[in-house]
Amino acid sequence: MQNVENVEELYEDEQKIRFKRRMRLALVYAVVIFFAIFIIIPFYWMVITAFKTETQVFMSPPMLWVNPGEWQWVNFSLALERAPFIRYLANTVLVAILSTAGTIITTILSGFAFARLNFKGRDVLFMILIATMMIPGEIFVVTNFLTITSFGWIEDQTFVEAVLAMTVPFMTSVFFLFFLRQAFKQIPDELYYAAKVDGKTDWQYLWGIMVPVALPTITTITILNAMNTWNAYVWPRLISQREEFQLVSNGLRDAFDDTAGRIMYHEQMAASIIVTVPLIIAFLILKKYIMRGVSRSGIKG
Amino acid sequence: MLEQERNIAAWFYLAPALILLAIFIFYPIFNSFVLVALEDYNYLQQTYDGFTLTGNFRNVLNDPNFGQAMLNTMLITFVSVPVSVIIALLISVWLNAIPIQKIQGFFQTVFFLPYVTNAIAIGMAFAFMFNRRYGLINWFLGLFGIDPINWINMGASYENAMITLLIYITWLTLAFKIIVFLSGLQGIDKQYYEAARVDSASRARILRRITVPLLSPMIMYITVTSFIGAFKTYTEVIGMFGERLGPPGDPNSMTTIVALVYDALDRSGVPGAMSEAAAAALILFAITLVFTFVNMQVSKKRVHYG
Repeated sequence: MQNVENVEELYEDEQKIRFKRRMRLALVYAVVIFFAIFIIIPFYWMVITAFKTETQVFMSPPMLWVNPGEWQWVNFSLALERAPFIRYLANTVLVAILSTAGTIITTILSGFAFARLNFKGRDVLFMILIATMMIPGEIFVVTNFLTITSFGWIEDQTFVEAVLAMTVPFMTSVFFLFFLRQAFKQIPDELYYAAKVDGKTDWQYLWGIMVPVALPTITTITILNAMNTWNAYVWPRLISQREEFQLVSNGLRDAFDDTAGRIMYHEQMAASIIVTVPLIIAFLILKKYIMRGVSRSGIKG
Repeated sequence: MLEQERNIAAWFYLAPALILLAIFIFYPIFNSFVLVALEDYNYLQQTYDGFTLTGNFRNVLNDPNFGQAMLNTMLITFVSVPVSVIIALLISVWLNAIPIQKIQGFFQTVFFLPYVTNAIAIGMAFAFMFNRRYGLINWFLGLFGIDPINWINMGASYENAMITLLIYITWLTLAFKIIVFLSGLQGIDKQYYEAARVDSASRARILRRITVPLLSPMIMYITVTSFIGAFKTYTEVIGMFGERLGPPGDPNSMTTIVALVYDALDRSGVPGAMSEAAAAALILFAITLVFTFVNMQVSKKRVHYG
């Protein structure tokens, strides 16, 4: 009898524990979903507003849903008419490609030198470079504006000069150099010595072996750098002397300033979607590389 | 190969990066100190009226927006950083507790979205969400019988505008922290948790005694970088309020230290403006240095490396 009771008690305990565990999991889901909604709502509001008519936008209480059949796709073409967004997008893509290509080449070359070559003052130089990461970019902006001016890229600015001013100062990056050096350092020394035995030069070894092996890291750098250009606001605003030389962020802000009167929110949100969606698509496709880059940057600290 | 040759080869690889860094990083650092020492410097004519030690710093301090910029930057830093670090930590712990990989991956993607959005575009969406008459937030509060609040429209109070800005900045900065914490959590040895379960330690105790200490290097890293990032707040304000840097009728009420730099740069033709911008940037640098130093000191005592 005693035994049987014990077993039953044990069984009841087991059930209690299982119930408790399930409740805890339900709580975890509830909290995570709550915060996920907090993150999603601004995106939802952006999308649903972009599909409203002007009357629907200025309704109080606001409409929370619009039937897909009534979606105002015309808002997107209205937004594109309001400002030359296609031009801004093209400028941004061009600037992103040039500054990223520059960054990749300069960081591959210098990353190789720091990771593989012995030269006098290597460690001191590396420490000095790392120390500059502490300095806020605003320190550079002031003088860089003067430098760009002295290069003649501001006065009577042509499109080529505007693009040069937006890309040349950003064709290298200490952070990405550091990042790539780490990746290069992980490549075993044996590969290098084997290549040397085969009579390969440093140059051949770098492009034939190191770059292909470090390709995931280079991909990460490419994406993060392109993202920076996409979101650049301050520098392009400062140096572009004509409206049509601006990048998307500037165009977006200027096209919908309320100093011009009542903001057409449906057009504003449609334009915001045009600016936001390419990045989100890139993220969904290249999620692995972006996450890697970001979490790696955290670990280094 | 001769050592001499090796050295030359290395400098050949370094040259492109070093030339760019010399022009756009090292020279500006040096030149900032030159600029702040010049009185009424006019870069268009290359003229100045002599030298000054503190004059340009005094110009920044006497800027009518300086006090406001300082107050706002400090408020943003000391509210948004602790709040977002704590929320990000909790979200990561809960996210990590989801047993099904696919579901966890889905939420990870959702929480990461703000990182890949344009601060101007989403700032505009936030501004419309907080619109007094047509916004989502006041509709939601209305469900609980709360009267519409004037968050950021004409006549909005400083407190309301600041709260809205803080919510937006917190929203925007969560993503980066969550990803870093999550990768840290996934690197923690499961043995610690099994040992804790054997000792039947409570959840709160596990969080306090195992998770947080083991994650402390990352918490430290995130705190330092977030402080530096928060001191540099500017684009977020533009996204939400535009170049006016405040609600309509109350310009510059949301200004920041970085805004002082760019305000001065916008007046670049005026004698002394460039020096004032350089002085404001140096003040920002000094503040970040002090706080990074304080953070490092705290971390020596609190961070557990192991």
